[in-house]
Amino acid sequence: MSGWRHETLGSRINREAPVTFQFDGNRIHGFEGDTIASALLAAGISIVGRSFKYHRPRGLWGMGAEEPNAIVDVRLGEQHMPNQRATTVLIKPGMDVRSVNASPSATRDRFSFMDRFNRFLPAGFYYKTFMAFKWIWYEPFIRRMAGLGKVAASYAPSGDVPHVSASCEMLIVGGGPSGLSAARAAVASGKKVWVIDDGPDLGGSLRWRGGSINGEPWQSFMETVKSAIEQSGGRVISNATVWGVFDHNMFGVWLRKPDGPDQGMKLRAKDVVIAAGAIERPLWFANNDLPGVMSLEAGFYYLQCFGVVPGKRIVIATANDASYASARAFEEAGVDVTLLDARPQGPDQDGVRTFKGVSILSAEGRTRVRNIVTGSGAFECDAVLCSGGFTPSVHLWCQAGGKLDWDEARDALIPHAGTCAFHVVGAAAGEFGLGAALNSGQQAFGVTSSNKALETDEAYSLTQAPVRPNPDLPGRQWIDLQNDVTLKDVGLAAREGFTSVEHLKRYTTLGMANDQGRTSNFAGLAAMAASTGRTIPETGTTTYRPPFEPLPFPVIAGRRRGELFNPPKRLRLEREHRLNEARFREYGGWLRPSVYGQGNEGELAQAEAKAARETAAIFDASPLGKLEVLGPDAGRLLDFASYVQMSTLKPGRARYGFMLSESGVVYDDGVVLRLNENRFIFSASSSHVEGVRFRLEDARQDRLGRKNVCIHDVTQGLVTLTVTGPRSKEVLEKAGIDCGDLSHMGVRETELDGHFLRIARISFTGDRSYELSVPARAGQHLHSRLGSALAALGGRWIGLEAVMILRAEKGYILIGKDTDGNTMPHDLGWGGPREKREDEYLGKRSLFTPKANAEDRRQLVGLDVAEGMSPLVTGSHLVPAKGPQRSLGFVTSSYFSPALGRPVALAMLENGAARVGEQVEAFNDGELTPVTVSPACAFDPEGERLNG
Amino acid sequence: MQRFKCPFCGFRNETEFHFAVETGHPRPEPAAEVSDEEWAQYLYSYKSPKGAASEIWLHVTCGEYFIMHRDTVTREIIGSEPLPGVDA
Repeated sequence: MSGWRHETLGSRINREAPVTFQFDGNRIHGFEGDTIASALLAAGISIVGRSFKYHRPRGLWGMGAEEPNAIVDVRLGEQHMPNQRATTVLIKPGMDVRSVNASPSATRDRFSFMDRFNRFLPAGFYYKTFMAFKWIWYEPFIRRMAGLGKVAASYAPSGDVPHVSASCEMLIVGGGPSGLSAARAAVASGKKVWVIDDGPDLGGSLRWRGGSINGEPWQSFMETVKSAIEQSGGRVISNATVWGVFDHNMFGVWLRKPDGPDQGMKLRAKDVVIAAGAIERPLWFANNDLPGVMSLEAGFYYLQCFGVVPGKRIVIATANDASYASARAFEEAGVDVTLLDARPQGPDQDGVRTFKGVSILSAEGRTRVRNIVTGSGAFECDAVLCSGGFTPSVHLWCQAGGKLDWDEARDALIPHAGTCAFHVVGAAAGEFGLGAALNSGQQAFGVTSSNKALETDEAYSLTQAPVRPNPDLPGRQWIDLQNDVTLKDVGLAAREGFTSVEHLKRYTTLGMANDQGRTSNFAGLAAMAASTGRTIPETGTTTYRPPFEPLPFPVIAGRRRGELFNPPKRLRLEREHRLNEARFREYGGWLRPSVYGQGNEGELAQAEAKAARETAAIFDASPLGKLEVLGPDAGRLLDFASYVQMSTLKPGRARYGFMLSESGVVYDDGVVLRLNENRFIFSASSSHVEGVRFRLEDARQDRLGRKNVCIHDVTQGLVTLTVTGPRSKEVLEKAGIDCGDLSHMGVRETELDGHFLRIARISFTGDRSYELSVPARAGQHLHSRLGSALAALGGRWIGLEAVMILRAEKGYILIGKDTDGNTMPHDLGWGGPREKREDEYLGKRSLFTPKANAEDRRQLVGLDVAEGMSPLVTGSHLVPAKGPQRSLGFVTSSYFSPALGRPVALAMLENGAARVGEQVEAFNDGELTPVTVSPACAFDPEGERLNG
Repeated sequence: MQRFKCPFCGFRNETEFHFAVETGHPRPEPAAEVSDEEWAQYLYSYKSPKGAASEIWLHVTCGEYFIMHRDTVTREIIGSEPLPGVDA
């Protein structure tokens, strides 16, 4: 227990509003404004979690997304947020916070014995050990040990995260000193600026480092810039993370709303300034993972923003100038401070006990640091604040494709100007120190007269000496705290040949935890460079990819989930069908009735199919494509786009045909109706309407010319009900609809109570059928007229399942079900146009290649099974009845036919047309069923019911 | 998310577009005079250039095919124009 709360400091907390929450079952008191991390630190909780592999006790390290140790499970009422960083979540009354990877609690973890086996668990342990025997033997144990946090099976994040799209003239990522300075200069040059910052307010490091700018306190500078941005039409957004860069300057932004749902934003920016700052590097010594060892910058942040101090006797270890101001602040707060600067030279500072040329060799203590050992003696302490220098946050720059340069003086990889169109300013560009940051911010836009150069009395820039892990020190030095990677593991990876940083990462898991190596990648890279005798730029970095930090999935998914993920199209008459007890299912992107009524779906479909053959039935065929092709060139267009010639069709008639792709494969089938000389309707399959439309448009725009023909998709403007069955004409008559003496494939246009009505005698069932189309607004009217007539005659409404049975009995195909990516029209028995047509049409040349002419093509056939057998399983392979077994094809559709009293099936069979009458066998799941090859049409092969 | 330029509608998100074909890829015909080799070239042989590319795209929302020039490496949209003989 050594963290404590200062009596006066703490700019972010409201001492008037105490907040109580639970951590691992204990009540913790904090204040409004505290993060979980600051409240735990103030309460003296030193162990906040356990490490991933060795289950070592771990304390707080950092202040934001870089936090590797304080990963917690947070529950609040109904809400459950697994794997949160304690540094970024604000406490709320009643919050139940639990440490992860520890059982029962972080302090008393029953797996802490794992650490004693550390010498047996080096990098690559899994790969080497679990080669022997079967993985399945180890899996249950490893699965139990692996992973962070637990998600309840019932857990579903709230799905109400809206997405907004936005665009701005200039985006500035980061509202610290350099971002503010850049914003000030950009506003002065007339730009509308959006500043996005992940803190609760702008200021960045100024919030804890403080400082004066142009002789004023930084707060008034910030307010001036903020109001200038807003007055010029820009925006300032706090509590938001720019998490990814995508093509053409699109940015993913996660907006956090304390009291409402979060928001996802897709932001398009014309100009971009990255002012993302830098992240502090740790120092490396034996047991540098002990609780109580923290980032100095984070310590400074907790001191100033929350009044939280990590200890009473603090050792500060550093090799850079930035730490001196921090040390002074701790001294002023009443802490016993010892400053160890690894550099023999450093700034002079009064009041702080300082040792130069001294660095830490090891830390000692069991559950937290008690003592540190240096080359010049030991120091007792209860906290060690470390600063190993700073690593610029170049994530967004690199995500956008920017390259990095190694800068020896700054001891960092910094953006190579010109390799990406963004500006980078401040610490993200290696400009450390307030003066340097302010200057680089405004230099991005030049300094104008209305915008004089910024001045500060803080140190203009800060120098840092390079610090590296030292492989000669005894003991274990942690490189990656979260994934338990030590310096020895990096050395082992190097000796075993995993010298590329990408291999190092995957072999040791360095940088693969949810902190994504923010505090570890640099050390791993530097250690690998040292053990392979290469320079840091030669060793390179791993690839930066979005997201910048872990974000909740709902922020990415937005409302596109569940029913809204891929919403189906709805029928105009859905309500009417539901009143008739229709059950709905998705067919080709449309929600359509599968059957009507209660009970077993299969039995209902059989009864519906039977009724359709015996009396009459109606089904909703509205999704059927209705593409109007209009104009004097309409016939020519359709001749090119379809396999069967359509210009010879007489007005008032319909013709069945195919559309091929250029590779000769059947893309769609359907009926073309000719209403008059210049007006056709292409009735494409329900799920192919858009594809057929754009193939027609392609032929129109890129071949025929658009002057004399146009295409109009009216599919969704009409309701189509199909009346089918031997008594279908009686249904129409009873409904008072005059269909005249329409013969099969005849079309007529008429009226129904003042509404336009088109009647087409087209059949997908093999029985006399009438497709009746009315404008969608008259759909209900048509439905009720036909429905009453149907009921009077004892017919039924039927769903798609019955239609499937009816069409399969007749051998009518569904493209994509009964055909595949090799099926050409002559495989379906439609060789005529291929042999006869002289003119050019889509896919023509492909029908005459050696492959198209081959004798072993798979062709459409029917299959008969012996009496009493059940239907074949769709997908079964067909194999020869005699001789060596090989696949000759497969079953594409299979149903029990109530009309025939036996199963029917369609299949694609090698050389099938010539095999009619032959015996083959259907193979499924090890079983063989003898079948006889038959013509595809099993019901009414003469077509008497159709034409009669 | 790239932004493509439709010559009729201006810049729009790439999700509104479909790729059709590379330009300079005429259809050989009549079929009777086209060799298997030539036809296979037409069907399957594309340049897929690294760098400057010139392609026909469809803007699904307005239904127009058009020519777009873009750089496949930098993703820069160099420009777009209607098909020959069509006014924008």
